[in-house]
Amino acid sequence: MRTVWIIARREFTRYFTTPAAYLAAFLFLLILGIIFYANVAASALQASMYPGYAPGAEIIINPMVTLLVFMIPAITMRLLAEEQRMGTIELLLTSPIRDSELVLGKWLGSFLFVGALILLTLLYPLALNQLVDPGIDWGPVITGYLGLLLMAAAFTALGTAISSLFSNQIAAFVATLVLFLVLWLIGFPSQTLNGSPIWQYLDFSQHFYNTLAQGILDLRDVIYYLSITALGIFAGTMIVETRRWR
Amino acid sequence: MTQTMIQVQNLTKTYGPRVAIDNLTFEASKGEIVGFLGPNGAGKTTTMRILTGYMPPTSGMARIAGYDVVEASLEVRKRVGYMPETVPLYTDMSVLDYLIFMGRLRRVPDVENRAWEVLERVGMEDRAESFIGSLSKGMRQRVGLAQAIIHQPEVLILDEPTIGLDPTQVVEVRQLIQEIGQEHTVLLSTHILAEAQQLCDRVLIINQGRIVAEDTPANLQLRLQGGTRILVVLQETPRDDLLQRLQHLAGVRLVETVGEQRLEIIAAEGHEVRPQVARTILESGHNLLEMRQAEMSLEEIFLQLIQEENAAPPSSDEADTAEEPAPAESPEEEA
Repeated sequence: MRTVWIIARREFTRYFTTPAAYLAAFLFLLILGIIFYANVAASALQASMYPGYAPGAEIIINPMVTLLVFMIPAITMRLLAEEQRMGTIELLLTSPIRDSELVLGKWLGSFLFVGALILLTLLYPLALNQLVDPGIDWGPVITGYLGLLLMAAAFTALGTAISSLFSNQIAAFVATLVLFLVLWLIGFPSQTLNGSPIWQYLDFSQHFYNTLAQGILDLRDVIYYLSITALGIFAGTMIVETRRWR
Repeated sequence: MTQTMIQVQNLTKTYGPRVAIDNLTFEASKGEIVGFLGPNGAGKTTTMRILTGYMPPTSGMARIAGYDVVEASLEVRKRVGYMPETVPLYTDMSVLDYLIFMGRLRRVPDVENRAWEVLERVGMEDRAESFIGSLSKGMRQRVGLAQAIIHQPEVLILDEPTIGLDPTQVVEVRQLIQEIGQEHTVLLSTHILAEAQQLCDRVLIINQGRIVAEDTPANLQLRLQGGTRILVVLQETPRDDLLQRLQHLAGVRLVETVGEQRLEIIAAEGHEVRPQVARTILESGHNLLEMRQAEMSLEEIFLQLIQEENAAPPSSDEADTAEEPAPAESPEEEA
């Protein structure tokens, strides 16, 4: 387990020295700030027309999901793809660490970075709380942020697995983004066409907007995200292992 | 009693139809520097990757310090220091940070002090804070060596440790390897014959995944340096007493049988041994068919070995061999 931490710590600190990660984080916070400002302004307008209306934390939590879908591929694309391109993977794979520890460490490093970014945005609900009277409902904030962290864990795990497939970061980015978009929309056709509920179960938005984002903590949603996380790490380990056999 | 640190038996690795290494068998004992000599694509890197636990062999067995590279891969990896040919390093890290990171991964106690120790060892204390990306090729090579020895491995595996260096750097890195080799078992690959001669206790010449010759550099040197090579063809198989007598002639350094009726005699420089050789052969009752003198450099011996090997009827597997190994790269001049 110590080796997992060694790898994770290195990945985490590396995000602060690479421009791509900085840029992704900067854009994430910038766009979120703009959205927050726009939503607060729109809510103020609404409140002037419908007295008693007050926005909740959803004006910050829901847009963040969209941003994560686009940002996380940029955060995870490098994890193993770059090691493979530079050949540094050879020294990692000949160090006394298990393949699973390597993948777990890579995932943990990226998850901690994304998680830290998400927690940083707690400033917005705090600010909103000051703006509305009598303050916002903290229930959906707590479950919403829990949901965001779970989602980040699942996404970074999938991103790690996909990064291990490539030695080209851009290819890893595109493939990860496509996978996220598929997972985002997969439940949509079956919802309208009355299809199999399996597709809806696979759809990550089905496990977020109507439950965690609304303050409803359903164990099924937690299990969904945790199993996606486990699947991603497992798949990543398998891919790294099979790459040895080439 | 010497301890066997590297033990390889019938090791084979195929990539699809291509046979990278074919039934390789060799050993290396503690404190030995073994050179792996061969043209590009001969299977040197593949063998090293198997020995370091990077990839599993298709068949056969390899052990490092008694641990099987497949079954006890982690134990093997703890005991092996490895410098891949391309010396892959994290260019965005400082030298010291990199060594500490690699040391931690290998569970080196008191890793910071140890990192400074190896930096001193490779003469790079003054560059500890430099980013690896800003280092010259020679400097990177040294960082590669430093990370390979940071966990005091019992076996050191170096893939082309001096490739791409300028002559001064080559000398420095070789010196370093020689020093390191006093404490560790070293397996190094090279396609520079002079390097193998200078560094190694034993040389394995490998071509198309097979060992074509195994000798001490001293013996190889005998064939190379200043000696005269005399090829003798007899009508019959030479008897042992003839070999004995030839061996004791003044100026003869080595007598070897090459095939059924051929002898190869290496004479010391400046000695004309042919008259005595001819006389001795006739006196011992053999019939001399042919005798000629041939000067040969190690490069030529190497090429010849490889050509003999290539001329041998290829097995069905090898017919598919995709990559034709380039005949020995032009050997670099020795500084």
